[in-house]
Amino acid sequence: MADLKDKISALCAQAQFDTEGEFLMVTVDDAQWHALALALKEQLHFDYLTAVVGVDWKESLGCVYYLTNTETQEIIHVKVATTDRENPRLHSVSDVWDVANYQEREVYDFYGIVFINHPDMRRFFLRNDWVGYPLRKDYDESDELNPLRLDDEMNEDYTCKWVEDENGEVKKVEGKLFEDEEYVINVGPQHPSTHGVMRYRVSLDGEMVKKVDVVSGYIHRGIEKLCEGLAYPSTLLYPERMDYMSAHMNRHCLCLCIEKAMGIEVPYRAELIRLMMDELMRLSSHLLSYGCLTMDQGATTAFFYGFRERELIYDIFDRTCGARMSMSYSTIGGVVADVHEDFIKDVRNACDVIEKNLKEYHKLFTGNVIAVGRMKGVGILTKEQAASYAISGPSARAAGLSCDLRKKQPYSLYNEFDFNEVVREEGDSMARYMVRMDEMVESIKILRQACDKLEACEDNEFCAKVPKLIKLPAGHWYQQVEASRGAFGVYIESDGDPKPFQKPYRMHFQTPCFNLVGIVDLTCRDNMIADLITITASIDYVIPDIDR
Amino acid sequence: MEVKIKSMKHEDFKDNQYIDKLVEELRASGTNVVVGKLNDLMNWGVSNSLWPFCFGTSCCAIEFMCLGAARYDMARFGFEVARNSPRQADYIMCQGTITYRMAPVLKRLYEQMAEPKYVIACGSCAVSGGPFTKSYCVVKGIDEVVPVDVYIPGCPPRPEAFFYGLMQLQRKIKVQKYFGGVNRKEKLSDELKQLKYCGGQVKKD
Ligand code: SF4
Repeated sequence: MADLKDKISALCAQAQFDTEGEFLMVTVDDAQWHALALALKEQLHFDYLTAVVGVDWKESLGCVYYLTNTETQEIIHVKVATTDRENPRLHSVSDVWDVANYQEREVYDFYGIVFINHPDMRRFFLRNDWVGYPLRKDYDESDELNPLRLDDEMNEDYTCKWVEDENGEVKKVEGKLFEDEEYVINVGPQHPSTHGVMRYRVSLDGEMVKKVDVVSGYIHRGIEKLCEGLAYPSTLLYPERMDYMSAHMNRHCLCLCIEKAMGIEVPYRAELIRLMMDELMRLSSHLLSYGCLTMDQGATTAFFYGFRERELIYDIFDRTCGARMSMSYSTIGGVVADVHEDFIKDVRNACDVIEKNLKEYHKLFTGNVIAVGRMKGVGILTKEQAASYAISGPSARAAGLSCDLRKKQPYSLYNEFDFNEVVREEGDSMARYMVRMDEMVESIKILRQACDKLEACEDNEFCAKVPKLIKLPAGHWYQQVEASRGAFGVYIESDGDPKPFQKPYRMHFQTPCFNLVGIVDLTCRDNMIADLITITASIDYVIPDIDR
Repeated sequence: MEVKIKSMKHEDFKDNQYIDKLVEELRASGTNVVVGKLNDLMNWGVSNSLWPFCFGTSCCAIEFMCLGAARYDMARFGFEVARNSPRQADYIMCQGTITYRMAPVLKRLYEQMAEPKYVIACGSCAVSGGPFTKSYCVVKGIDEVVPVDVYIPGCPPRPEAFFYGLMQLQRKIKVQKYFGGVNRKEKLSDELKQLKYCGGQVKKD
């Protein structure tokens, strides 16, 4: 850390440092931020912008940028803030890391911070006639300001940009989203192939896609604001409902973050059970994405095959957790109950069945001429683009970016297990599909080892002793896990409030799908409109995970 | 008169007041044989080929997909032909949270459907806003936007609960009259109608 600190202070003399927390924290003024960002990327190889967290510190508004060096896996975070609450402005870094484009739009939507030189400063989640910025601490939630409007929302045809000239004057410039002669069609928000309520406005030239404008927010549920009003144990239910196909992982992540902040030691058995649930969830999720991808290409039979095996996994969840979906199983300090007596037997059985049937899946779909024709060489993402757009999970690994957090930043018990990270080079839809199929084999491998370990585990304790009232000291923490679709991160900021039911000051969820939707425009450009469907299906996002 | 559904006995439905009331009304008004038979035929057809319009916005939609897959197989009851266009569907199966941004879309889709049309609210989100009632942009139950026929609680409801709800809709349809003293449509004054369809705010213009 000290080494890194010296290097950064050589880049920017005015930077202040804080080495107390888990990662090195750098605080800079907005004036130096853009230059420092460039230098961090070019010279220190912080090429991956993991998360951007907008925070309202009452006397100031600002952002915390989490940066990762993909070679050394070092993480630092940079805090940039402004004290102007009337017209808060910061400099955009969307030209340094592409992912910042959507991330900063989110911050603008929630906090009203305008990013200078950002190419497209529009709201992201909320209606364009929304009044106020909901995540500010002084936001007025009254229904008079933002009633339930049943009139149709107008399409936005203009975007705006705040540009700074040489004298430091900032001016607002309007620009058109689409040119007058462009042919724009609307896909969604209620469309069977967008996998949920996603909406695209697609500009076409004949059958070729020229540009995709993502209109998100049709399922924005305001989870982050809700969390600020609840005690920690009550917030646990929300991560499960974001990416419901990574329910266990997401909840696991939030538990890990709270445990890290409180310094709770989780019993070995509990962690092992959590890990097994995570892998079962991954299997279930990849089976679902197999089913949906195949169905989008007309192979309905394959869909039924995928769902047949998912029922096996649902049964395991049902027996141990008491629910098929939204299991609410992990809790702070461990899991809520020990596993069902047949758990190990069931898992072994599910592993055998799925392993056997995977061959059948390949026979049924993988080599099919239509499938190959529609997926091979379509929607290519390069490794550099994947890093710049902060893509993680199977989509990034298909592009050759090795980013499996189970290997790179081992959490839970993953370093005790023997498995491979599946990485491919092609970066097309086919590669993304194949990575998922191969990851299932690895998950089965992990599950088998875990079964042995759980059998051998003498310890019966499944939950640590946790204080009745969950209180975190003042500070902030960031925790990531590898969810089915990539890195899921939780940021918690606590003010150390001594009240009995402490509430988080700020809780932010960095979801993998949010970044995935950023590459839709990039990968679909100059492909056919029909390929939009296969590409988005192979990217495999879950909409509530984008919108939160 | 008793509403018959092959796979489920009348007594198995514990909460029958609503339907019993409809049946009573039917008895009181009485119909002639021809019209009555015609009604029966209509109801038999409609209730056994209910085509859903899948309006899955979030988690509950995955459970609905399980309903379509092999184990639960809703094709057994005539629900299987999930339509993607509102014009071809009989009922909206609203699975998931409806947000302020989505509400106008839901209303428009409902209006695009052809009569007779029904709405099922699946999951606590659609029923009341569920875990998100306190949110600044979630509709507290879709009945603020469209009239709802059947509510299926649960987060998400189990497939069995889905079936129960769907059969309840079948039962409701079976006691409806299309001809001779129509009872299918509730008689609402214009103002009330507006209240019901416009989320409680009567538009003044
Ligand atoms: S009711 Fe529960 S499972 Fe269904 S959409 Fe709402 S949160 Fe998801």
